[in-house]
Amino acid sequence: MGTVAAHGLRKSFGEVQALDGVTLDVPDGSFYVVLGPSGAGKTTTLRAIAGLEQLDEGSVHLDGRDATADTPAARDLAMVFQSYALYPRKTAYENIASPLRARRASSTEISEAVTKVSGLLHIERLLQRRPAQMSGGEMQRVALARALVRRPRAFLMDEPLTNLDLKLRVEMRTELTRIHRSLGGTFVYVTNDQVEALSMADRVAVLREGKVQQVGTPTEVYERPANQWVAGFVGSPRISLLACRAEGDRLVGEQGWTLPRPRWTTARDGHPLMLGLRAEDLSVETRSEASLPGELYGLEPLGDRTVVDVKVGEEMVKVKARPAVSGTPGERLSVAVDLDRAHLFDAETGLALSAPGR
Amino acid sequence: MAISIDEAVPAPAQAAEDAPAGRRRGGTARRVIEVVLLVALAVAMLFPVLWMLETSIKENRDVYAVPAKFFNFDFTTIHYKDVFVGRDGGRSDLSGSFLNSVIVAGASTILATVLGVPAAWAYSRFTLKAKKDQLFFILSTRFMPPVVVVIPIFLMYRELGLIDSKLGLVLIYAAFNVPFTIWMMKGFVDEVPAEYEDAAMLDGYTRLQAFRKFTLPLLVPGIAATAVFALIFSWNEFVFAIFLTSSQEVRTAPPAIAGLIGGTTVDWGLVAASAVVFALPVLVFAFLVRKHLVAGVTLGAVRR
Repeated sequence: MGTVAAHGLRKSFGEVQALDGVTLDVPDGSFYVVLGPSGAGKTTTLRAIAGLEQLDEGSVHLDGRDATADTPAARDLAMVFQSYALYPRKTAYENIASPLRARRASSTEISEAVTKVSGLLHIERLLQRRPAQMSGGEMQRVALARALVRRPRAFLMDEPLTNLDLKLRVEMRTELTRIHRSLGGTFVYVTNDQVEALSMADRVAVLREGKVQQVGTPTEVYERPANQWVAGFVGSPRISLLACRAEGDRLVGEQGWTLPRPRWTTARDGHPLMLGLRAEDLSVETRSEASLPGELYGLEPLGDRTVVDVKVGEEMVKVKARPAVSGTPGERLSVAVDLDRAHLFDAETGLALSAPGR
Repeated sequence: MAISIDEAVPAPAQAAEDAPAGRRRGGTARRVIEVVLLVALAVAMLFPVLWMLETSIKENRDVYAVPAKFFNFDFTTIHYKDVFVGRDGGRSDLSGSFLNSVIVAGASTILATVLGVPAAWAYSRFTLKAKKDQLFFILSTRFMPPVVVVIPIFLMYRELGLIDSKLGLVLIYAAFNVPFTIWMMKGFVDEVPAEYEDAAMLDGYTRLQAFRKFTLPLLVPGIAATAVFALIFSWNEFVFAIFLTSSQEVRTAPPAIAGLIGGTTVDWGLVAASAVVFALPVLVFAFLVRKHLVAGVTLGAVRR
């Protein structure tokens, strides 16, 4: 139904370079998530695709045709805004009907389409209300309905779940995935929530300071982060990063520990590296040849698991453990490392060292 | 402007009544002084208005009575009749001036609103080069008092043939009201999220349609408030009116009323009655849109 391609988008607001050469290729029918912290340029990217932002450089192609100079109306896209942007004087029905009215649909067509989409989103009983008479979750559904009432080339969603409470957010996540599966269509979805990105996306583009850091499936981004920053941004609890260098067949840590050197490490001896270890690849309960000496700093019980904070020299390592784990702060312990799942980054460039076969 | 006096009086009086508990504890003596001072101020402010009202309904011999008659005067409506009906029984000159005032004030307000509102929208929504400087320049045209620029404008108008024409007055009042409209309306437009227009454009409307159909309806209270202020300025304006017009057919009410004073005898009853008639439309209009006026004055004071 629609492909969206953005090439070399550049945009500055005064001194701030919001977009610094953003390139995205959104395949037809995919759920494409643009993930990044606030200020990364996600919203600007989306607004540029929508035609709401004048670009300094770069082009936007829709269905393979250059649409850079097109007006928002001519681009045939639908967008859900973070603030929902529901028209305050109009009822939910009129809000949802607006895209059809703008395109001069007949009133029977409009009423059919609105009925259908409100059924899909379970908002039939809200149709005669105005935005002021709705809760945040209800407004969010109406905003979604206004986008889904038509079959545009692509749906653009700007952090649509950010303003909802946690329970609703989880609910709507499932709902959106269901809608995408049942309606089809291309979704470009912007969020700063990595859980949303990992759980909903077909493909994720990670954005930072106006630059794309990595594009891939959620698994690829999580398992094979392209650089140290992506590794740190994606994943909860945060990946633990330890400064070290390769020496012969050992990895020697700045904090005095040594680990066997993974065979795939290509780094020169003595070159500064960062060892990235995810909490689930570490253990305080098993013994291993590859282990880090440390002392217990604190426990974070999270119900289904407990995150153990271990101090290795001056650096902190987070370890995922069974909920029943116990210990007293200051206690000496050793952290078993699954080196096959460890990440190594060049400490100077931040780039991941290639791991053949992974 | 007349409105500033009207607003200045009730405001402090109300503040005294609604004094917070903390100030009440300061002692009744202080409160008594406050009330006495405010009453004295109110009397001083309102006495001329009261005197004007009274003079307009007194028989002529009571108007000139010495000592002045406050209460036991003879009531008459003859002065009000004189405002509208001429000595020959036809329309009076003054009624023509009032009509001129209505036309000039109305047309200049409409012109200023039609030009100013879209300009305010543009200044609010678009990134422009040196936007702040432009806005300051626009405002700076209001810095100069009319009397300073009236001579050059008189000379220009003479060249253009705009002297002693209603069109000339409409244009000069609009020129003074457009900067005011832009500044006041920009505040109102800023309050309306730009995302409504973004959403409308994605719905398939053009930028102008998005403004007209989605933003403009939300601006109506602001436009009403701004238009009333512009109307009051044009209605009350005296300096340009007296310098740029001379004939009875063009003259607006302020110079016409002023012209009543200065003969060998002054018909104070007629002066008072025409002043009352002159003040009424503004008061009625301001009363009708008072909610919007307050919104206009307190704009930005409260974050919603």
